Amino acid sequence: MRDAAARRPTTLAEQIWARHEIRRSDRGESLLYVDRHFLDETCFFCFEDLERRGLAVRRPELTLAVADHTVSTIDRLAQPADAEIRAALDWVRTVPPALGIPTLAADDQRQGIIHVVAPEAGIVLPGLIVACSDSHTTTHGAFGALGLGIGMSESTHILATQTLWQRPYRQMRITVAGRLGFGVVAKDVIMAVVARIGAEGAAGHIVEFAGDAVTGLSMEGRMTLCNMSIECGARAGLIAPDDTTFSWLEGREQAPHGAAFTRAVAAWSTLRSHADAVFDRDVSLDAAAIAPMVSWGTSPEDADVVTEAVPDPAMAPSATRRNRMERALAYMGLTPGTPLDGIAVDRVFIGSCTNGRLEDLRAAASVVRGRRAVVPAIVVPGSRAVRRAAEAEGLDQVFRDAGLEWRDAGCSMCVAMNGDRVAPGERCASTSNRNFVGRQGQGARTHLMSPAMAAAAAISGRIIDVRRLPPAPAP
Amino acid sequence: MTPFRTLRGIAVPVDGANIDTDQIIPARFLLRRRTPDYGRYLFHDLRFDTAEQGRGFVLDRPDYRGAVILVADANFGCGSAREQAPWAIQAFGIGAIVASGFGDIFYANCLKNGLLPAVVEPDVAARARALLADHPGSAMTVDLDRRTIVLPDETSVSFAVDEAHRRRLLDGKDELSLTLADAAAIDAYEAKRRVELDWT
Ligand code: SF4
Repeated sequence: MRDAAARRPTTLAEQIWARHEIRRSDRGESLLYVDRHFLDETCFFCFEDLERRGLAVRRPELTLAVADHTVSTIDRLAQPADAEIRAALDWVRTVPPALGIPTLAADDQRQGIIHVVAPEAGIVLPGLIVACSDSHTTTHGAFGALGLGIGMSESTHILATQTLWQRPYRQMRITVAGRLGFGVVAKDVIMAVVARIGAEGAAGHIVEFAGDAVTGLSMEGRMTLCNMSIECGARAGLIAPDDTTFSWLEGREQAPHGAAFTRAVAAWSTLRSHADAVFDRDVSLDAAAIAPMVSWGTSPEDADVVTEAVPDPAMAPSATRRNRMERALAYMGLTPGTPLDGIAVDRVFIGSCTNGRLEDLRAAASVVRGRRAVVPAIVVPGSRAVRRAAEAEGLDQVFRDAGLEWRDAGCSMCVAMNGDRVAPGERCASTSNRNFVGRQGQGARTHLMSPAMAAAAAISGRIIDVRRLPPAPAP
Repeated sequence: MTPFRTLRGIAVPVDGANIDTDQIIPARFLLRRRTPDYGRYLFHDLRFDTAEQGRGFVLDRPDYRGAVILVADANFGCGSAREQAPWAIQAFGIGAIVASGFGDIFYANCLKNGLLPAVVEPDVAARARALLADHPGSAMTVDLDRRTIVLPDETSVSFAVDEAHRRRLLDGKDELSLTLADAAAIDAYEAKRRVELDWT
């Protein structure tokens, strides 16, 4: 397999695929080895399945279980009032550890959202295949790993065999060339990509991000980019590992150390698409043309630059599109032609696996520093390690002084399973990844944007182009 | 898994591209047990208001009662990986979904559960939905052997389904029990890999 790969120019994804292929079925499916498998507290269904089949966990040490979706961000030790949440959190605290699976339960100091804590620990490394029954597993492509979101049945399959059957996917490259303008960050780039190619634009494809605007991103930015590649339907989104990747990994608890690290970097440095590799689809964006983005509808593709207005369904290219836009605007309570800059919001959520990392919190803090939030706003670090790091820099104090709530780590208002939710009809400026109907609570209206934009919304009570904010008052 | 061959019965149209799995089953039901009434969570917030009163969503219109086929638009089941989405669809009694495209993870999840995701051209899906809207309660046939769908006007169209998946659905074979037979190959791969990844 590796010889075949060496003969033919291949993409990075194809190379990783080839190295993990145990066998190919006569029906063209590959049995892939899974290097890292992540679970959350909703995965108890898989273990019931496993038990029913009388199967054991094949490689518990390659697995990591966390509590993230349902944990309280206010009081980690309080018993959840909801019996189902209580059972799920008890399950994750007891069952995976008993089977030898490393587990970060709700009260663990290393707990956080799986897509934040796994990279933090150095568990996600270039060239690996990472799978998790969560669609935002695409995040791990930031390290040049293949991050595959899967279902529960596939998780059960991995628990029992450490493998996954996959059909080959088409290859797509998205190049963002040039320099990002002032106030434009990874979140804006990926929102621009999704708006450009649509929510189905990369379905059936593995996307490789390239171009100097991509390689110029920090690891946090790359994770944001790959994280939301699922929002254009990508099976996975990845970036070739480089010095930024290697220096981020160096010294991480579970990354290789010393001489092993040097050997690893030598191996990882070869992980890139061949110059003449063929992509089924190539898309290019001009970095300089990207501006701060805001979503106006109920799909991440319903987004535009903040200087634009709510679009008019009458101008839609097709009847079905018009129909969908009309429904989205009715749900969002928006009138065509209303400038996005200026829409009043009821609350703000800063967090999630998209934008709950230290760099995100720094960006938000720099906007609210010395100012006052005029609508309720919560800041939820993506992990407890991020929380500690932010506190060490005094960011928690900046947020508190500005009247934002400083919370404990978890998914929180991104998915509204833990009690943190947006009330029906309320409008929320959110750094999460999905503005689906009801995602942040029944009847909730979500506007996706970057951390700095969400912070700007908190202090102005409305969506505002962060580039327009006057400089922060002197301390 | 029960083998899938042909399915004939009432089909229900669900309009709109990009119907995400949060619509199919809202997150607050994800921890629920799969009790016999699990189908109630399907499209819950589109079907019921906050007081649990029906909103007259298409699925609940008397004409479509007992539907076994769902006809959707593009990118059906996009978004989250939740396998509860196909569970809820099946619990409602649906055995096949016809659409012009599916979210990749949702598509795989359907297959693992013996729920057929049939891909047709966008105009075919649109025509089927229009026919079903004009003649509520009419039936369609999905024939996996022949890869054809008979629309309410008795015209027959073909649909795409991956051959590997088609065979598995026809056989009703469970993937995991098959893979267990590959244990030796997996052992061999692991041994080789340990050497290759000497930095781990
Ligand atoms: S933060 Fe949101 S998107 Fe990320 S894992 Fe949690 S629920 Fe999913």
